[in-house]
Amino acid sequence: MTDPTEDSVRSDVRAWLKDNWDPSLGLVEWRLKLCESGWGAPHWPRQWYGRDLPVKFNAIVDEEFARIGAIGVAKAGIRTLAAATILAHGTDLHKEKFLKRILTGEDTWCQLFSEPGSGSDMAGAVTRADKQGNKWIINGQKVWTTSAHKAHWGLLLARANWDVPKHKGLAYFILDMKQPGVQVHPLRQMNYHASFNQVFFTDAIVEPEFLVSDVGDGWTVATTTLMHERRGADGLRSWAQATDAKGRIYEEERAEIATTMEPYKWYPQRAGRVDLVVSRARETGKITDPVIRQEIARLLCMSKASEWTARRARAAQDQGRPQGPEGSLGKLASSNVARQAARVHTYLTGSDALLSGKDSPMDGVIAEILVSVPATSIAGGTDEIQRNIISERVLKMPKEPSVDTTKPFKDVPRNIVSS
Amino acid sequence: MKFSFTNEQEEFRSGVRRALEARSPTTEVRRLMATEAGFDRAGWKKLNQELGLTALLIPEAYDGAGFGFGELGIVLEEMGRNLLCAPFFSTAVLATTAILNAGTEEQKKALLPRIAAGEITATLAFSEESGLNDAASVTTTAATSGATWRLEGTKSFVLDGHTADLIVVLARRPGSKGDDGLSFFTVEGTAQGLERTLLKTMDETRKMARLTFNGVEARLLGTEGAAAAPFARTMQQIVVCLANEMVGGAERLREDALAYVKMRMQFGRSIASFQTTKNKAADMLVDVEMAKSAAYYAAAALDEGDDDLPAVASLAKATAAEAYLQTAIHAVQMHGGIGFTWDNDTHLWFKRAKSSEILFGDANHHRELMMRNWKH
Repeated sequence: MTDPTEDSVRSDVRAWLKDNWDPSLGLVEWRLKLCESGWGAPHWPRQWYGRDLPVKFNAIVDEEFARIGAIGVAKAGIRTLAAATILAHGTDLHKEKFLKRILTGEDTWCQLFSEPGSGSDMAGAVTRADKQGNKWIINGQKVWTTSAHKAHWGLLLARANWDVPKHKGLAYFILDMKQPGVQVHPLRQMNYHASFNQVFFTDAIVEPEFLVSDVGDGWTVATTTLMHERRGADGLRSWAQATDAKGRIYEEERAEIATTMEPYKWYPQRAGRVDLVVSRARETGKITDPVIRQEIARLLCMSKASEWTARRARAAQDQGRPQGPEGSLGKLASSNVARQAARVHTYLTGSDALLSGKDSPMDGVIAEILVSVPATSIAGGTDEIQRNIISERVLKMPKEPSVDTTKPFKDVPRNIVSS
Repeated sequence: MKFSFTNEQEEFRSGVRRALEARSPTTEVRRLMATEAGFDRAGWKKLNQELGLTALLIPEAYDGAGFGFGELGIVLEEMGRNLLCAPFFSTAVLATTAILNAGTEEQKKALLPRIAAGEITATLAFSEESGLNDAASVTTTAATSGATWRLEGTKSFVLDGHTADLIVVLARRPGSKGDDGLSFFTVEGTAQGLERTLLKTMDETRKMARLTFNGVEARLLGTEGAAAAPFARTMQQIVVCLANEMVGGAERLREDALAYVKMRMQFGRSIASFQTTKNKAADMLVDVEMAKSAAYYAAAALDEGDDDLPAVASLAKATAAEAYLQTAIHAVQMHGGIGFTWDNDTHLWFKRAKSSEILFGDANHHRELMMRNWKH
């Protein structure tokens, strides 16, 4: 067999779509066909619903789907991370049981990593996994869990051994979320939304076959999940654009997108809405105020330079050059932009910035910006962690001497809670 | 818009960097900055002949190399990195852009080949003692009697004005105001009635002069009374060029400060292992990379004739100004006491950061210009 080329992939997928695409099918029915043919996840192994194609051809397959308005497999949400983790570390049983229902969108997943006591220090998790008979019994609490209230399954990082250093005592499980030992409560944020959950485990049970990693390798598996989380952020944005095409399958997809995107609806405000600034300055008449003009210009400088820095990083990548430092700075730069944008929106809005909801300008959007921006410098890696990553990985500066990586985890100090 | 350098451009950069590292170590910078001329004529001629630097932007029709602002930006960035003491910015940027923007075909043919060959140094005199950078603040007058023009007035902050062989001067018709009545002229550095005074500058690597014109004979460059548009174009180009020079200096400061903290031990450990130092180093990297992106974008915008240009030029200058100075402040701080000494080289770039921040308009000035020209 000859190696696939761009042209051969394009003509193969085109021919298959011509014979099979049928918008009158149900969403799951159609996606089952995708699983059978491998065109839903062409870079996956043939044995597991893929076609063993190099990942670079995905863009061509996506183009051909988009060209005729064909719908792809369910991609958004934590299910993508689950699939990547299971493909890399799961057993055949896991692959058999979960992968197809991930692709069809029938199962929803959540990621049970962060805890109230371990945010940036995720390897410091204290949710317990104790073996009783051949089952694992889970006790503890997770937090910042997107979609936990809807999820069928959870990717769980828990401590199974307290007598070894922290990274060594973790195990990685697939947890059935629909059981009495799992309780999910919404977590209300300072901007009134509740996009995340707190998950409480009281003697929740994991069957032995749902252990993904041996005890001690949980951290390695979690690293795989996190790596895909970072890559997935871009995919989510491009996927989540529903079409207004008519037909049953499109309606089902629209409903799926609406559910998946619900937690993210305030995210544009979180980034500061730089796009609104100049028009708001004109509408409010503040565009003539020399002090405010300076602040707007500062914001535009930061926002444009940050956009161009991302373009430089992409251009270097497209040319196959090793990534320069410009590729690691986006997260930190976006915090700076968001903060300056919130400052400018406050100046532009004046006293009306005291108001909230319908009484605030633009039907509450301005108020929502002001109370959502603080999330930018925390979510997905705090500014402090970003600076550590930049200084250690890019600038090769030494790590701070660590006090918790060699001693048994049970001897590591934890949060001081006053009685 | 182009967002990366080609392999040829990267090779060009390496070549320029190697040459400048050999020619302009800080010992040489310190030697030259202490001289009145501020550069060594023979050494500069040799370097320029080897690399053909002053010919870069000049079209082939005038014996130049016909490259764009992308390539010029690379050279300037490398010069900013090495603090080259030479009349390059004055000759190859200021005078060259003014002549290209304003001169007639005949004048370009007469003047540019000599610049391209490195035979003469040149500069542009527009600022006066007010220190302002806009056309309206020009008070130097040019009066004509027959075919002869004579200049009256004082120019100041003129880069390499005390040594330039050729001076392009912005002057106005007596009684005219604002953008009206402005013309460019050329004057020989040795002209009768021209008094050149070297100014004592805070940044000794960047020499400036006050030029007093007492009825100095001058030649009109381009069309009489129509210099406002070419001057505006020239200003855009020179601030983009300066921004590119600035990011080279900022990156050098950042690298040197990083190397220093990695070597320095206190309290029994590398000071580079303290988070307070690491946070600063990370922020410096963000500042410098953002400023580089803006400077590169603006240079590409000049080459591609981008519509957003006036705004983008000011954006690049304002961004570079803040980034360079902030990097310099951090760099001194990261060196600690030694960073405040004369013998340590940090102050050479600190002062260059300060002079570049102000030259051709500070960040506030350019943010305001940017807002006036913002189209979106």
